[in-house]
Amino acid sequence: MGGLLRAGVILACGIMFAGGVLYLLRHGGEHQSWQSFHSEPAALRSIAGIWHAMLAGQARAIIQFSALVLIATPVMRVAFAVYGFARQKRWLFVAVSLIVLALLGAGLSERG
Amino acid sequence: MNNLVFSSAVLGGSIVAGFVGSLTGLGGGVVIVPLLTIAFGVNIRYAIGASLVSVIATSSGAASAYVRDGFSNVRIGMMLEIATAAGALGGAALAAHVPTSKLAMLLGVVLIGSVFAPSHKEQAAGAQASGSKSLAARLGLEGVYPSPQGEIAYAPRRIPFGFGMMGVAGVLSGLLGIGSGAVKVLAMDLAMALPFKVSTTTSNFMIGVTAAASAGIYLHRGYIDPALAMPVTLGVIAGSFTGAMLLKNADVHRLRTFFRAVVFVLGIEMIWNGWKGAL
Repeated sequence: MGGLLRAGVILACGIMFAGGVLYLLRHGGEHQSWQSFHSEPAALRSIAGIWHAMLAGQARAIIQFSALVLIATPVMRVAFAVYGFARQKRWLFVAVSLIVLALLGAGLSERG
Repeated sequence: MNNLVFSSAVLGGSIVAGFVGSLTGLGGGVVIVPLLTIAFGVNIRYAIGASLVSVIATSSGAASAYVRDGFSNVRIGMMLEIATAAGALGGAALAAHVPTSKLAMLLGVVLIGSVFAPSHKEQAAGAQASGSKSLAARLGLEGVYPSPQGEIAYAPRRIPFGFGMMGVAGVLSGLLGIGSGAVKVLAMDLAMALPFKVSTTTSNFMIGVTAAASAGIYLHRGYIDPALAMPVTLGVIAGSFTGAMLLKNADVHRLRTFFRAVVFVLGIEMIWNGWKGAL
């Protein structure tokens, strides 16, 4: 499991780096300001939006996708724990882990 | 300055932040938000979003090192994570309604608190309060950890109190984009009397889960800007890794004290700027 977590982080960072390079190549000379908060365009705020924008080659969407991969690593950790506890027949902890998984899912669901 | 210059500067600053965070044991998140807001004038909501992403990265990256050596207790961690993740969802939901100046001041207080947090107290091996022990036993939370003397058994005490502290840790994480590792370790080490290495390793794996809970909400609200999150995350990972390597090989006591002083100053600045309404 440790190896899987690390692989996930490395994969995410690789994608993030690639997206970053692309972003700077295309927009490095521009001037974006982060001083006031405007929220992000809708395409970068939903999982489906990010996926489609990434396939369309948008650099910022590639980075956003890498963030999703990062978020997925602890989710996988918990899912793996469900499986591990089930194998040990520790049903209380299967339930506990499923609750945590549900909480994570609630955070990621679009109804935020 | 254009985006390239800005990203490079943020990358450099994040490497330092990650380095300071791992050396002081306070984590990169607490240093990133003050760095971005004070030094780079970034709006605190974007700063918190970027920090949160970097917290997940460092947590998953570090946790992979601890999973195998037998210290982290996944049962305790997962059970407490119910409180922490629920707290994180609450904190993230709350964040939209809290004025940024209040967030800044709260973060300043947390920064100062983590510098002065009581350090690990040695618990007498086998010291247990019989009432709480039976709760730990009934929930199946006891464990053993490896030591030169063989396996040492332990069980968490004051579980409901620990649960409550984990909820607070979660809310702070959701509100401020930090890992709240210090609060988690405090809860497990001092409140629940767990062995120190069990507390720190279990906290490490929990941090990422907690941050992931808030991250979804932050993403949907548009607090995570990819152009900002990118140099921050990559920088913090690089800095944390370097700091962790240094920790292993060098005597870093003086450096740690110096950096803790830096974090203290940052905390004062955050409170001051938040008070003035500048953030």
